[in-house]
Amino acid sequence: MTILEKVTALLGEGAVLEAGTDRVPRFAPGSPDAVALLLGTAHQEGWRVRIEGAGTWLQSDAPADLALTTRRLDRIPAIEPPDLTATAEAGIGLDQLRQQLADRGAWLGIDPPGLAGRTLGSVVATASAGPLRHGFGPIKDHLLGVTFVTGDGRMVQSGGRVMKNVAGYDLTRLQAGGFGAFGVIVLVHLRLRTLPRADVTYLLEGAREDLTQVGEDVAAAGLTPAALELVSPALARRDRWVLGVRLAGSPALVAADEAGLGAASGGGRFTPLRAEEAHAFWMRLAEGFAVRPVTFRIGGVPSASDELLDLLQHQLGDEWISASPAAGSIRWTGEASIDRLQRLRRTLAGLEVPLTLERAPWPLRSAVGHFGAYREGVGPLVTGLRRTFDPGAALVVATEGE
Amino acid sequence: MRLLYSMTAPSPLARDLAAIVGAKHVREALAARVTYAMDGLPTHRRVPDLVVLPGTREELIAVVRLLAALDVPFVPRGAGTGLSGGALAGEGTVLIVLTRLNRIVRIDRANRLAVVEPGVVNAKLTAATKPLGLHYAPDPSSQTACTIGGNVAENAGGPHCLKYGVTANHILALEVLLADGSLVELGSPGGETWGPDLVGVFVGSEGNFGVATRITVRLTPVPRAVRTLLADFTSIRTAGEGVSAIIAAGIVPAALEMMDQSCIRAVEDSVYAAGYPRDAAAVLLVEIDGRNADAVVAEADAVADLLRTAGARTVRTAASEAERERLWQGRKKAFGAMGRLSRDLVVQDAVVPRSALPDVLETIYGIAQRYGLVVSNVFHAGDGNLHPNISFDATDPALKQRVEAASAEIMSTCIAAGGTITGEHGVGLDKLRYMPLIFDAESLGAMQALRRVFDPEERVNPGKVVPVHACREWASLARAS
Repeated sequence: MTILEKVTALLGEGAVLEAGTDRVPRFAPGSPDAVALLLGTAHQEGWRVRIEGAGTWLQSDAPADLALTTRRLDRIPAIEPPDLTATAEAGIGLDQLRQQLADRGAWLGIDPPGLAGRTLGSVVATASAGPLRHGFGPIKDHLLGVTFVTGDGRMVQSGGRVMKNVAGYDLTRLQAGGFGAFGVIVLVHLRLRTLPRADVTYLLEGAREDLTQVGEDVAAAGLTPAALELVSPALARRDRWVLGVRLAGSPALVAADEAGLGAASGGGRFTPLRAEEAHAFWMRLAEGFAVRPVTFRIGGVPSASDELLDLLQHQLGDEWISASPAAGSIRWTGEASIDRLQRLRRTLAGLEVPLTLERAPWPLRSAVGHFGAYREGVGPLVTGLRRTFDPGAALVVATEGE
Repeated sequence: MRLLYSMTAPSPLARDLAAIVGAKHVREALAARVTYAMDGLPTHRRVPDLVVLPGTREELIAVVRLLAALDVPFVPRGAGTGLSGGALAGEGTVLIVLTRLNRIVRIDRANRLAVVEPGVVNAKLTAATKPLGLHYAPDPSSQTACTIGGNVAENAGGPHCLKYGVTANHILALEVLLADGSLVELGSPGGETWGPDLVGVFVGSEGNFGVATRITVRLTPVPRAVRTLLADFTSIRTAGEGVSAIIAAGIVPAALEMMDQSCIRAVEDSVYAAGYPRDAAAVLLVEIDGRNADAVVAEADAVADLLRTAGARTVRTAASEAERERLWQGRKKAFGAMGRLSRDLVVQDAVVPRSALPDVLETIYGIAQRYGLVVSNVFHAGDGNLHPNISFDATDPALKQRVEAASAEIMSTCIAAGGTITGEHGVGLDKLRYMPLIFDAESLGAMQALRRVFDPEERVNPGKVVPVHACREWASLARAS
């Protein structure tokens, strides 16, 4: 029997999708149990499995015997506005999830890079936060728990549905940013906020150095923006760099920060955006990172932001860059060679700055790896984790470079 | 299991440890070891075979490497305020007390971070950074005693974690000493990870994955404006509804704490009397903070209106910093005040969905009544993190049995409401028996397998957190060398 025939017999014809251009058979299990069944079988058979979500972020090009997509895991079993929690399956698109939350007056304070339909599981697995990281923290801060299936088909629950939880070891944080190397996330318990009653965006254009200073002044003034993002001209589609400031929360707090913004603008003038303009600005920013072939993020201390931006521009050119200087995180997208990326990662490692490769064509991804240039002792731990949670190496993930 | 100490003269291990840390920092006499037999929880007591107190990072490394060479299990311990039995070491086990590793290595004001040794006391870190306009946000009630290393091990919380997050949200990087004596560097000063989030995995591992030797913490600006409210209620249910009203309005107070009548009276009868109304069924202590005084006042006014609408009898605003401190002292010293109610106190720790608070609290009082016990509640209402505390006399075996049974029922109630068995104190020994109630055998097996990646021989803090008998078998896969 072929893999297609075996899996069809296992999961039914409803789970079979049309193969992509690489002719790898693709399956969409309809439940977490079906994911466990498929991965357990793959482990026994020695099949190598590529994990996909909506197919809008990471390129679907890893060599594999079959592709498993989470797109049919698209239910939202629970939204609890009084508790500000929700439980959603991993294959739900963020756009659908956001809409359903908004209908209940709830809000998920994340705005990851990628298209609007990017799946929740993809965002969690890659821990890819966007500008809202400034005000609401990285992806892991929005997670209460996950259920995942290991590479050999074991279903594991971690965390729970309540605000605080220290029962047992934190496997949720292992999965958040694990790029699927330690299992396939099937269900996510989320921490929500109430839909902000005020949500405004201001832009300031200028030279990068000047805007960096304004960003520092905003932080020093104690303002608490939801996002404070420095965007390169190419990405912002403007002539100069742009500093985007998003204020979201109660009307009183937003009004207070709006008043403080003018004083921190260094003589420049912030331009307020209408709601639809603001939406378009942040969406364009998110989508911009899904169209170029290579995207990565780096994270340094805030005071190093300028130096790191210089380094990126020097080593890779002035491409599409978005930076949250106060959070020390920078995202870059464009075209880059294996050699340049490896050199950059080594240089950054010397500065205590990790580089996480978020998306790239498989040849580059497999050579450079999502991770690399580990600090002392980290490599053996990652290897041990891989062997523990995917003992047969069924999951095709370019954890480290070659 | 072999005994590591000698009844008459220093044992060979004690002599070797003394050669590293100095004889006065090795405790072998029973009277000295008994000091470390508990962690504030009266239901668990274990006397360690040996106690060693390294004074430097290098001494700590040498101690752990010696124990690794001799295949001796050990338990790392901070101030011993964990309340879960997690920092207890029994027969055949060495207790490594980290309180002498108490240096603040570096404070980086520009990048809002500090590097500290594990034995730095929580409140002392904030005291050191406050002149720079910064503080370390997690503030457990034991913050004048508990250590940052202990906070990391337990993923400690505190009243102000509602707005600022728990310990895991404030740890950027760690240097960790594994059981085999090797060092690993996890995380980075900017908070981005080298690969998977091993800092997040380590925080809250209850000292079972290794010893944090250097901790890089995030510092948070001290809020410029603060407003503290005390609301009192004639029923627990309306107080719980007040909590829900605030959360539903989208207001995130810095803290939202509840105390019930038993707790209020214990506090008011003690030296920590804070002026709480003695006849109230419950009080809520609510703190709003921020940069802008006008915005903080506006939010505080909104909170006061919501609480009155929910049924608060009175809502009072602290008129001065002294009054604010007094209100908070009552809350933070509530456990101490409750200690006066009886010889012993079991401090419980569970979490429920916030909307379930009123029902769960009523059920807990019903359980206490059925078992003839006194339960006092003081807890982080905004997080749904309950601390139902039972006063009793542990020397009475029958009473102790009733306490154990009532505690188990309380935990079952919280689990049935969609909650969990611990929000900030950890599993340790005390909650081991409840773990199979919330995790299946496969998930427990996964946790144990995770632990073995860090500590293949399970020599650090053995027998805690995961009930091994309840785990499904996982292949034991050691780290790659």
